[in-house]
Amino acid sequence: MPQLTHKEPTAEQIADQKLYRELGMTDEEFQRVLDLLGRQPNWTEIGLYSVMWSEHCSYKNSKPVLRRFPTKGERVLQGPGEGAGIVDIGDNQAVVFKIESHNHPSAIEPYQGAATGVGGIIRDVFSMGARPIALLNSLRFGELTNPRVKYLFEHVVEGIAGYGNCIGIPTVGGEVAFDATYEGNPLVNAMCVGLIDHDKIQKGVATGIGNPVIYVGASTGRDGIHGATFASEELNEQSEKKRPAVQVGDPFMEKLLLEATLELIETDAIVGIQDMGAAGLVCSSAEMASKAGNGIELDLDQVPQREAGMSAYEMMLSESQERMLVVAKQGREAEVISIFDKWGLRSAVIGRVTDDGLLRLVHKGEVVAEVPVDSLAEEAPVYYKPSEVPAYYLENEQVDPLAVIDEPQDLRQTLKELLAQPTIANKQWVYEQYDHIVRAQTAVKPGSDAAVVMIRGTRKALAMSTDCNGRYVYLDPQVGGAIAVAEAARNVVCSGAEPLAITDCLNFGSPDKPGVFWQFEKAVDGMSEACRVLNTPVIGGNVSFYNERSGDAIYPTPTVGMVGLITDTDHITTQDFKAGGDIVILLGETFAELGGSEYQKLATGNIAGRPPKLELQREAAVQGLVLQAIRQGLVKSAHDLAEGGLGVAIAESCFGEEIGATIELQTELRADVALFSESQSRILLSVSPENAEKVLAMAEQLQVKAAAIGTTGGDRLVVSINGGEVINSPLSELKAAWKDAIPCLIG
Amino acid sequence: MKVAVIVFPGSNADLEMFNAVEDIMQVPVEYVWHSETDLAAYDVILLPGGFSYGDYLRCGAVARFSPVMEQVAKAADAGKLILGVCNGFQILLETGLLPGAMLRNRSLKYRCKMVPLRVENNQTPFTADYAENEIIQIPIAHGEGNYYCDQETLARLKANKQIVFTYEGENPNGSIENIAGICNERRNVLGMMPHPERAVHQWMSSDDGKRLFSSILKTWREQNGAAINA
Repeated sequence: MPQLTHKEPTAEQIADQKLYRELGMTDEEFQRVLDLLGRQPNWTEIGLYSVMWSEHCSYKNSKPVLRRFPTKGERVLQGPGEGAGIVDIGDNQAVVFKIESHNHPSAIEPYQGAATGVGGIIRDVFSMGARPIALLNSLRFGELTNPRVKYLFEHVVEGIAGYGNCIGIPTVGGEVAFDATYEGNPLVNAMCVGLIDHDKIQKGVATGIGNPVIYVGASTGRDGIHGATFASEELNEQSEKKRPAVQVGDPFMEKLLLEATLELIETDAIVGIQDMGAAGLVCSSAEMASKAGNGIELDLDQVPQREAGMSAYEMMLSESQERMLVVAKQGREAEVISIFDKWGLRSAVIGRVTDDGLLRLVHKGEVVAEVPVDSLAEEAPVYYKPSEVPAYYLENEQVDPLAVIDEPQDLRQTLKELLAQPTIANKQWVYEQYDHIVRAQTAVKPGSDAAVVMIRGTRKALAMSTDCNGRYVYLDPQVGGAIAVAEAARNVVCSGAEPLAITDCLNFGSPDKPGVFWQFEKAVDGMSEACRVLNTPVIGGNVSFYNERSGDAIYPTPTVGMVGLITDTDHITTQDFKAGGDIVILLGETFAELGGSEYQKLATGNIAGRPPKLELQREAAVQGLVLQAIRQGLVKSAHDLAEGGLGVAIAESCFGEEIGATIELQTELRADVALFSESQSRILLSVSPENAEKVLAMAEQLQVKAAAIGTTGGDRLVVSINGGEVINSPLSELKAAWKDAIPCLIG
Repeated sequence: MKVAVIVFPGSNADLEMFNAVEDIMQVPVEYVWHSETDLAAYDVILLPGGFSYGDYLRCGAVARFSPVMEQVAKAADAGKLILGVCNGFQILLETGLLPGAMLRNRSLKYRCKMVPLRVENNQTPFTADYAENEIIQIPIAHGEGNYYCDQETLARLKANKQIVFTYEGENPNGSIENIAGICNERRNVLGMMPHPERAVHQWMSSDDGKRLFSSILKTWREQNGAAINA
């Protein structure tokens, strides 16, 4: 191959022709660089600033709002700011977790986009020194009737499977929802959970002047240059051309990197380690040096390169996957490199820690860039974006969702249709493609409220869930944001766990639009309040703006990833009814709340009005009750009421073990509302007859509304309301509708 | 008695294999790195699942050249018990210790689910604790488990009763004659796609895999007396 040669613009050309604009920088930002440097930057240097100051790396548009999150708690060992957050779970053990988006790459190249999203989040977790034990995801697509959506859906799922299965970390749970709002801009959020001993926690710091900086993993190519910048723009007709900004994943390489890194951490030969993710080498080196108050000098000729003739600019900005940057103790280079050799990984000393606070790049014997590390990592501009209540929100105040929906004649048919809505329907087609049992610690598999992973050698287990209903957040960002947190906690509680903390992935449209920024602020406020009341601090996460296609923003979708601790594996609970003759108890109150519901969408083709309200104290009480009852061994099954309301929840609890139920409701609500309203803070339990009174008494004591609404058994689902039968269906018929929906749509 | 779990670069079900031996057989077990050239210390050799060498080229095609595989072949010759699960089975096929080859699943999709298996032959060191024709629940997790062999090989497998497990009901990958696991003529080498090591406790949704490990122990005891910790 002939060597490619590049003619880079000069510093004068960059300034005069405003070439920085092509890199996504504004005139004001360029001026800020001039002020910080006291001179004009060259092409390499402006490249460094453009990626480090992108929203993706600097959070320049979101920082002031993110500060509203509660991030501290007695169990929090590491909050936001490192690769992933860490929470104490006792016995010198801790759980490490984080969620991150890979939306834009997945919109363009779904398999690799999703796969590298998984790879990136895994690196964030093992670079903390943790053993990754589980993966989850949260996916959003347009309607499955659209062929392009089908293509994206199939290939995103395949990409997640391809990476997770190969590296051998079980994909234990997640959620998939479908709505036209995501048609041009799907959401692919990946979460990784790891386990660590307190004394093994690593940080991404470059301490110790003179310490060697070691590069390890895949060699650097020209892939993914400006990936971080691409992630910080709206998608449009031209986005397809940015396919080269999507990287290609190699899970085998990452498996080696994972094992080598964990082996390395056992040696005590290193002082800091960080994943090369977004903005690759520049981000990892500048951040590690900045956190330690030091500088770094890199000799780029030592960087393992996949292609000939790469420029300094390309090497620094490449987002080639499966690479890590390690700062070792001086004199222990050989030991570090021998471990990488054992795993067949390429590694090289590429630089040293310095005391001058500068990132200095040497290429072919010449200094090609020299800028303060803090100016890259800490001094990005911070914007306080204008925020404005959007018109749609005000208009929705007047909408009464109930007024435009006539009560259906045949509620059995309505239930069947709801069960077949892709968002509600069984996701076996998806999770059968994921190895959800590798490592053989998965006690509750995908399909229940939360997944549960055992911690070997202890009585403990971890419950985990991802949640967000973008429709609620769209209709009322503050309430919707709070509901996302509350529902995630509810799911974890239903599995027998105490919620510990959350990580979040804030997927929004362009922050330059005041209406979108208002959604963002309000959602963060709602989430923050819920986190405070439910005692689940935010320990990390990611912001994904610019989720738009041709000017239309997606529904705001702040995905919550929640982890909870099960203190005794005897408490592990699932949503399935376990035996006939048990009593079905409904906790919580049902109101006429159809705004944003799956039923409203089905009946009217649209969503409008206000979402269900959420009273956090009541939520906390219901969750407290369920956890207490589970811990006392009184609960056989517990299921959160979510999309599709009570009707869908009962049916889902029947499906697992194929045990029917006879339900009798007393209510002043319309029958369809009683069954399909999505009122919050409700949980469906089944308990053995001798325990029913105990649970009801406990509820009364904790001032939680509770009612015995029926019994389990038989092979039919029978529902009566105020004495009149409204549903009487063989379970098999309902289950078939629920189970076959997605395979039928995929064809 | 001492058990080896062989680890190739990219093996990922070595952990649960190791744990299953610890929990069910309760005998000494060690991880053995693929570059090892001496397996004399081990009585039972387990090849775990995973993606050795990233499944590049073909599943198991690179792993067969690992130094340890020459020793595995020698151990097989010496009559030691060798079990390959999933990728381990694929490697045994590539090495030629078992006949046949693996194709991609007929659906072209990876599948992970609990499946019913029929124990076709309980007269092997690996299946002695099962009843013949018993239906057991063991999970699968693979993208290339569609076992194939020519008619002549198939006839021989049948005649020698080398088909040890078959899928009962739906065939999840399209394998010939619903084959899920086969052994060699001598019965000391077993390869199977389903993961018995992921079904050894009730909380795993099935503990039917336990008896595969207890069978190994039982056979070895019968052949070597009670000195299992020797």
